[in-house]
Amino acid sequence: MPESGALFDAHDRRLIVATQAGLALTPRPYHALAEQLGMPVAEVQARLARMLENGVIRRIGAVPNHYALGYVANGMTVWDVADEMIDLLGEQVGRCAFVTHCYRRPRCLPDWPYNLFAMVHAATRAQVAVHAGEIAVLLGAACRQSDILYSTAILKKSGLRLPA
Amino acid sequence: MSETAVLDAIDRVLINALQGGFPLCDAPYQAVGEMLGLAEAVVIERLQAMLARKVLTRFGPMYQIERIGGAFVLAALKVPDADYAHVAAAVNALPEVAHNYRREHALNMWFVLATETPEGIAAAIASIEAATGLPVFAFPKEREYFVEMKLHA
Repeated sequence: MPESGALFDAHDRRLIVATQAGLALTPRPYHALAEQLGMPVAEVQARLARMLENGVIRRIGAVPNHYALGYVANGMTVWDVADEMIDLLGEQVGRCAFVTHCYRRPRCLPDWPYNLFAMVHAATRAQVAVHAGEIAVLLGAACRQSDILYSTAILKKSGLRLPA
Repeated sequence: MSETAVLDAIDRVLINALQGGFPLCDAPYQAVGEMLGLAEAVVIERLQAMLARKVLTRFGPMYQIERIGGAFVLAALKVPDADYAHVAAAVNALPEVAHNYRREHALNMWFVLATETPEGIAAAIASIEAATGLPVFAFPKEREYFVEMKLHA
């Protein structure tokens, strides 16, 4: 186990590399990892539990493909929000059920005046626009301008890949 | 764009139940099956089938690389339409590019760089600029606002 305070050590890294493409779909997936890594199964489970607890692992489970579930309209809604209000309002936007990611990011003037990014997935673009309208109401006068960038193609989706 | 998949009730139950909280016990698929009233073999076969059909893009732990000293950065390019395919190929060729989407805007290519160290981001950006001749607009996350992160199937 890593020293107390350290989030992560070389054995954790081997576990990450061994699971970043996914967990084995066999009845005892942690035993399969233990065998592959030459580590006792209890240690595999304890290390994963520790990484879940300290946030190195966000969660363990299924990542659905939005499109396959019928969420075919994907709009990155972007907002130019007054700096002194953005954290308060960003928390509220993140709590909207239709928002799947919500971040504060730097503006890049003059090309990019927006500092709040909220990803909205829905069945149609019209529905995304309705949700964007709900966000606009929530932001009120603190928002100076906004846009919706719809995706038209997934060019790549592989997720994190650390070299082994 | 991929087509909307045909999902039956069992697929939907699994998708809705398994977006987090997968157990760390010795026989986790069996434990999930007991919770949902499904046989272990059914849970495994359905997950395999949904991965094969690309209803699921992954099954397993999702890592927050920032917590181990790495970095995720959203970045964008303004790509001339005539060059789009070869720029997409050049960007996608980098292992540091975790996903990449075409979007309708002057900034029309949006991708996420994931690297094991913060310095890796600058190196990846330099490679992309060298390979494409285009300036990369980088939008590092300054703050993440909590989201529930559940899609209803």
